[in-house]
Amino acid sequence: MNARERLESFLTTDPADVGCEEAMEVLHVYVDLFVGGHDAARTYPGVAAHLAVCGPCGTDFDGLLAAVIQQ
Amino acid sequence: MWTGRLRARVASVKPPEKLESTFDPVSAEWIAALTGTAAEREQGQARLHAMLLQIARRELRRRAATTPWLAGVELEDLAHQAAADAMLAILGKLASFRGESRFTTWAYRFVILEVSAKLGRHYWRAHPHVSLEAESWEKLPDRFAVDPGEHAERAELAQAVRRAVDHTLTAHQRLLFTAIVLEQTPLDAVAHRFGTNRNAIYKTIFDARRRIRAYLVANGYFEQEEADRP
Repeated sequence: MNARERLESFLTTDPADVGCEEAMEVLHVYVDLFVGGHDAARTYPGVAAHLAVCGPCGTDFDGLLAAVIQQ
Repeated sequence: MWTGRLRARVASVKPPEKLESTFDPVSAEWIAALTGTAAEREQGQARLHAMLLQIARRELRRRAATTPWLAGVELEDLAHQAAADAMLAILGKLASFRGESRFTTWAYRFVILEVSAKLGRHYWRAHPHVSLEAESWEKLPDRFAVDPGEHAERAELAQAVRRAVDHTLTAHQRLLFTAIVLEQTPLDAVAHRFGTNRNAIYKTIFDARRRIRAYLVANGYFEQEEADRP
């Protein structure tokens, strides 16, 4: 990916992206589906679109996933 | 610590009278422990607090690579604060637990979100002199890991984005875009500084990204996508 493509990728927004509030509201359900081997992204496409681009929410997803797996 | 002040604060949170019992066995056990007799609740709360504290510590350690400014006593203190605040939120919202996930996953979410919020607040204690208004446009190409060989293109793109920022963003959007994208101030820290939440900042940046892209498309830097065409 060259400079132009990387910048364009960052600037491209997904209309399906639900934002932080809605994604965090169902994060526990999303993580349990994910851990249970279900297609969480298919059930919550707007949450998947958000987690793919929002660094802080992605970090929270990783943290919750790690907590569930480790306990 | 599960003693003293936190215990007194927890005691003031009234447990819900009855919750739907369509939970998985482990979740049902947690709910029973946290809504039972005073002695059962006391025991359940102590167990919950220990679990939340363990999750908070692990999460802070997991994020250590991005928070090198936090260690030792401060890290431990932050873990305790996150666990205590998560505990109060969980007990206060127990009636809203519907069993859509396991109880523990629902409870862990509170402490993970508390860790994020507390790191955002604590960031300014560790970085008291960071300015949100610096405009280091020369840093822009580095933010997108541009290859050093792409000198001409990186300069051209940086200038184009700067023009887009000047021409299309509001003063507030411009301030947030430079703070988060150029200065790489953590989004939760910016939210704390502005007394707002992560979602509000994200929405502002989301709109800024859309506007900058539209400007770059209109000026021939990017092609218009099929979905954008009238």
